[in-house]
Amino acid sequence: MRPILMKGHERPLTFLKYNREGDLLFSCAKDHTPTVWFADNGERLGTYRGHNGAVWCCDVSRDSRLLITGSADQTVKLWNVQTGAQLYTFNFDSPARAVDFSVGDKLAVITTDPFMELPSAIHSGESVLVLKGPQGRINRAVWGPLNRTIISAGEDAVIRIWDAETGKLLKESDQEVGHKKTITSLTKSADGSHFLTGSLDKSAKLWDTRTLTLIKTYVTERPVNAVAMSPLLDHVVLGGGQDASAVTTTDHRAGKFEAKFYDKILQEEIGGVKGHFGPINALAFNPDGKSFSSGGEDGYVRLHHFDPDYFNIKI
Amino acid sequence: MAVSTQPPAKLRWGELEEDDGEDLDFLLPPRQVIGPDENGIKRVIEYKFNDEGNKIKITTTTRTRKLANARLSKSAIERRSWAKFGDAVHEEVGSRLTMVSTEEILLERPRAPGTKAEETKVAGDPLAQMGKAGAVLMVCRTCGKKGDHWTSRCPYKDLAPPSEGFVDKPAASDSAAAAAAGAGKSSYVPPSLRAGAERTGGTDMRRRNDENSVRVTNLSEDTREPDLNELFRPFGPVSRVYVAIDQKTGMSRGFGFVNFVHKEDAQRAINKLNGYGYDNLILKVEWATPRSN
Repeated sequence: MRPILMKGHERPLTFLKYNREGDLLFSCAKDHTPTVWFADNGERLGTYRGHNGAVWCCDVSRDSRLLITGSADQTVKLWNVQTGAQLYTFNFDSPARAVDFSVGDKLAVITTDPFMELPSAIHSGESVLVLKGPQGRINRAVWGPLNRTIISAGEDAVIRIWDAETGKLLKESDQEVGHKKTITSLTKSADGSHFLTGSLDKSAKLWDTRTLTLIKTYVTERPVNAVAMSPLLDHVVLGGGQDASAVTTTDHRAGKFEAKFYDKILQEEIGGVKGHFGPINALAFNPDGKSFSSGGEDGYVRLHHFDPDYFNIKI
Repeated sequence: MAVSTQPPAKLRWGELEEDDGEDLDFLLPPRQVIGPDENGIKRVIEYKFNDEGNKIKITTTTRTRKLANARLSKSAIERRSWAKFGDAVHEEVGSRLTMVSTEEILLERPRAPGTKAEETKVAGDPLAQMGKAGAVLMVCRTCGKKGDHWTSRCPYKDLAPPSEGFVDKPAASDSAAAAAAGAGKSSYVPPSLRAGAERTGGTDMRRRNDENSVRVTNLSEDTREPDLNELFRPFGPVSRVYVAIDQKTGMSRGFGFVNFVHKEDAQRAINKLNGYGYDNLILKVEWATPRSN
């Protein structure tokens, strides 16, 4: 395949998100301007100007009209997807990290970083509920099935499931089988029945959403910054690479800035897609499962449309 | 008119054509498009001049097919026509934000499809190869344990007397070779001590190598030890089969050795298989000449 290279960002990518129909791709980077691209040919549709800090995360509503972005400028903004107009700004006292729309797009979960002696927190909606407690950053928070729960994961390597209504902590991942280092990414399966977490402990783990039991572990040889799951095949993709600050201290081939494909069930490596010249920070699968994109520390988004033989890969 | 022009036009038709052509030469017939017909086949006929100034006709036949899976929802089609906004509005023409990679990127399989996990990374790093040959190779000289750790990593290292000559002539010592191969490409390792080479231990190996050893050359590249074994097995019990593998490429170097338990079996094999056609190549089978040392 010949990937499409999109060079719209001037700083490392942080997050990628497809809309539900898979025709738009939203990219967030540390350069303050989230961007939307046509997901088929990589043409830039527009940018969302207004943030004053790195943008860490975004989510798009089911009807592709609303975009929510969380930024290090201590705000979370709502945007009109079509025009790029700012609709609303949530102000916080510390940088926002993760955002996720609930089913129905009525509520959003927002996490804020620990900052100036403020603890990290999970906010949902127009601060309907604020959850506090976990140590360290919460890198990802997503809604559980039927908006009943919120799943969070972050720097303390523990995955927590909260009751979305009362704010009670329902479940915590097992320290024994769980991640050992910061969880960098979390992505739900297409049906929401399970989710995948990637961690700096060089592994990715697949969990059951309801029971928080560990289903599978995918071991790789470098820190995992981003994970994605194919909605079409039983494949998971792990992206990562060694920390940018450590690149110069090791062998030139040791960077391993590839997107690694694993069989979801057999936990065996299927292959790698090379291309980035920095760690991969973001991965997203097109909802049709026929293309995926990766965003790297190098500022590029690479959009890969799979070759037909990808769909017949046998292990 | 036809009558009047007939007499002077005793000219041959070929010349006539040339006269006519004088003023029409630079004109090209118009482009013709035929189809697409019910099979989606479209024919485009174009004319142009080639480098020598001759008119050529180019017929391009294309088949247009509707992509069955190019389904887009209504809203997605509507979004397709959305106006650009933000920085995308006044994008410089030359900015080329979106490019198609000139490089063909493939999903790189960790191993060829259909092979087993054990055979991964044949041509990979030396450590992996050591691991493959592990059971035989990894023998700790301090505690004598096989396949568990290297001599240098032995937990009982401190208790053992220091091995002589380890520092002075590293290449000659087993553990140095092991360490060197482990460390990678940095230092020279004699071929006999390299990772791929068969080696168990000193004298035992030498005796066995020299005994009833048959050299097979002109092997095809994909001949592996099991193939050789299959080929030589019918002549009698075989004690060792070895195919030389190139360290860098992981390909066979085209020769190998087979050791027989009985000398007469070896002789029969040589008689029979020398000049035998195997995998499109003619094998050369002979007694292996003993090492000069």
